[in-house]
Amino acid sequence: MSTITLASKRRRSALRTLAFMSPWLIGFAVFFAYPLISTVYFSFMHYDGFRPPTWSGTKNWTYVFEHYPFFWPALRNTLWLVLVMVTLRVLFGLGVGLLITKIKTGTGVFRTLFYLPYLAPPVAATMAFAFLLNPGTGPVNSILEKVGIPAPGWFNDPTWSKPALTLLALWGIGDLMVIFMAALLDVPQEQYEAAELDGASAWQRFRYVTLPNISPIVMFAVVTGVIQTMQYYTQPLIAGKVASGVIQGAGTQFEPGYPEKSTLTLPQLVYNLGFQRFDYGSACVVALVLFALSMVFTAFLMRRRGGLNLAGD
Amino acid sequence: MAQVLDKPVQLKAPVSPAERTARRRSLLEWVAVHSLGVAVALFFVLPFVFVFLTSLMSDTQALSRDLIPHTWEWSNYRKVFDTPGFVTWWKNTLIYAGLGTVLTVASSIPVAYALAKFRFRGRNLSLMLVISMMMLPPQVIIIPMYLFWAKQLDLSGTLWPLIIPMAFGDAFSIFLLRQFLMTIPNEYLDAAKVDGCGDFRTLLKVVLPMARPGIAAVGLFQFFYAWNDYFGPQIYASENPGAWTLSYGLESFKGAHHTDWNLTMAATVLVMAPVILVFFFAQKAFVEGVTLTGVKG
Repeated sequence: MSTITLASKRRRSALRTLAFMSPWLIGFAVFFAYPLISTVYFSFMHYDGFRPPTWSGTKNWTYVFEHYPFFWPALRNTLWLVLVMVTLRVLFGLGVGLLITKIKTGTGVFRTLFYLPYLAPPVAATMAFAFLLNPGTGPVNSILEKVGIPAPGWFNDPTWSKPALTLLALWGIGDLMVIFMAALLDVPQEQYEAAELDGASAWQRFRYVTLPNISPIVMFAVVTGVIQTMQYYTQPLIAGKVASGVIQGAGTQFEPGYPEKSTLTLPQLVYNLGFQRFDYGSACVVALVLFALSMVFTAFLMRRRGGLNLAGD
Repeated sequence: MAQVLDKPVQLKAPVSPAERTARRRSLLEWVAVHSLGVAVALFFVLPFVFVFLTSLMSDTQALSRDLIPHTWEWSNYRKVFDTPGFVTWWKNTLIYAGLGTVLTVASSIPVAYALAKFRFRGRNLSLMLVISMMMLPPQVIIIPMYLFWAKQLDLSGTLWPLIIPMAFGDAFSIFLLRQFLMTIPNEYLDAAKVDGCGDFRTLLKVVLPMARPGIAAVGLFQFFYAWNDYFGPQIYASENPGAWTLSYGLESFKGAHHTDWNLTMAATVLVMAPVILVFFFAQKAFVEGVTLTGVKG
């Protein structure tokens, strides 16, 4: 008797879980699993969206890796952005986080001002920076020239376009500031007092007390930064479009990555191949490269040993 | 500062030289920290200021290198609203962001609740899959998704391919809400059960009122996600200007007003302004949301 009620209880609890989870279960199947499998399928197909797809073997793969002139520059740019942009963002975010914990007067005002740019819609922020950094008419270069500093070409110069994007990314540091601030305030105060009694200098206190305490958050910032870089799309696209003076609309040709492929990122290639060249198969190859890279870093983020426990209780 | 304020009570007692240098040092530190703060604040604020000032210039002055408008052209803002499409983009953005937010919150809450409070086989796996979905660039699955919505359901040129998926939970919202619900003590749920509440009623009557700040954070993030989204409208709505959103239309605005930086910057201000306004009303929810995704776990 009791085993029967136990079994029915268990069945009821399974049904309850299923009911509560159902929106996501459907979403997962329809908007994640199915398209992911389809992406793999299409990567071996020749498909232009009009004629039915035909098997093409590894043709798309060799095309992307060996003949598509945008793939390797985009991958190189991603590497640059990971090394330079992510590093500077984390350092600057940590610096601003430290600064805000030291500010004692008008803390709320400073915190709001530091945070606001993070909220600016990417398209609007990028257009604003394309204007501010415009080599001909922008206020930044006119100030630089007044002070006597040679003004760079920013979004119009292939050597300066990625630094310009980095500047834009540093401007939107607000989320990292908040995360670092919370972590810094969580460091046990006694450890600082003990270090001070031992005669530790400010740098030594940072190095041996602050840093070990916040290292999981630094790691989190680095890995999520890398994942964000894999998705980096709107800012480089808009910056390139505005700087090249291209007008959106039918029949306009935009060379992706203006100037000289310097602002290309992998997500832009998916758009270029799929929605401008109607080569859905090759677009899926790039999508899978993007998937592989993102999942490597996501797995790293979820690794339990790193001190960061995203999935745990 | 606390030290500086605490001391004056003892002013009567003679101040030792060591104490005096310590006090001077803390004052120097205060000045140094706050000067640096002002310098950093300028870096964050000046872009907004320059954009706003340019939005009030005449079109010829916007092309010059001047920083301050000669005449303050407030009519630029009216001209932006008179531009064909601009009001439609506002309407579309509000539909996409508003409807999307409601659907996301409603569909993510039960999932987050189950992941936070139910014990079942596959819970950790589900959570890991949610996080993986969260980290997936939207471009990875866009080709089949586009073919599904455009070729099979014939819904390209509308915002429905962006809105409908939001009725099936959003990975980021589920994760954030789950983090929030984890902080609600189980005792409350047990007490509700003892009082005879079913799962659904417990969620509705006990958990939801306590989770209000978390729900607010998720709602805001989702609203801003839709408000800021460029890629989605570019894929599904680009062929039909009647379905464009502000973020997508803004770029074309630059095209329609090719050299009119003043009008383009006025439009930029108008796209940024609502976000900043909402933030001022809901600061706490934001900061809480950002910290929860980053720190707790």
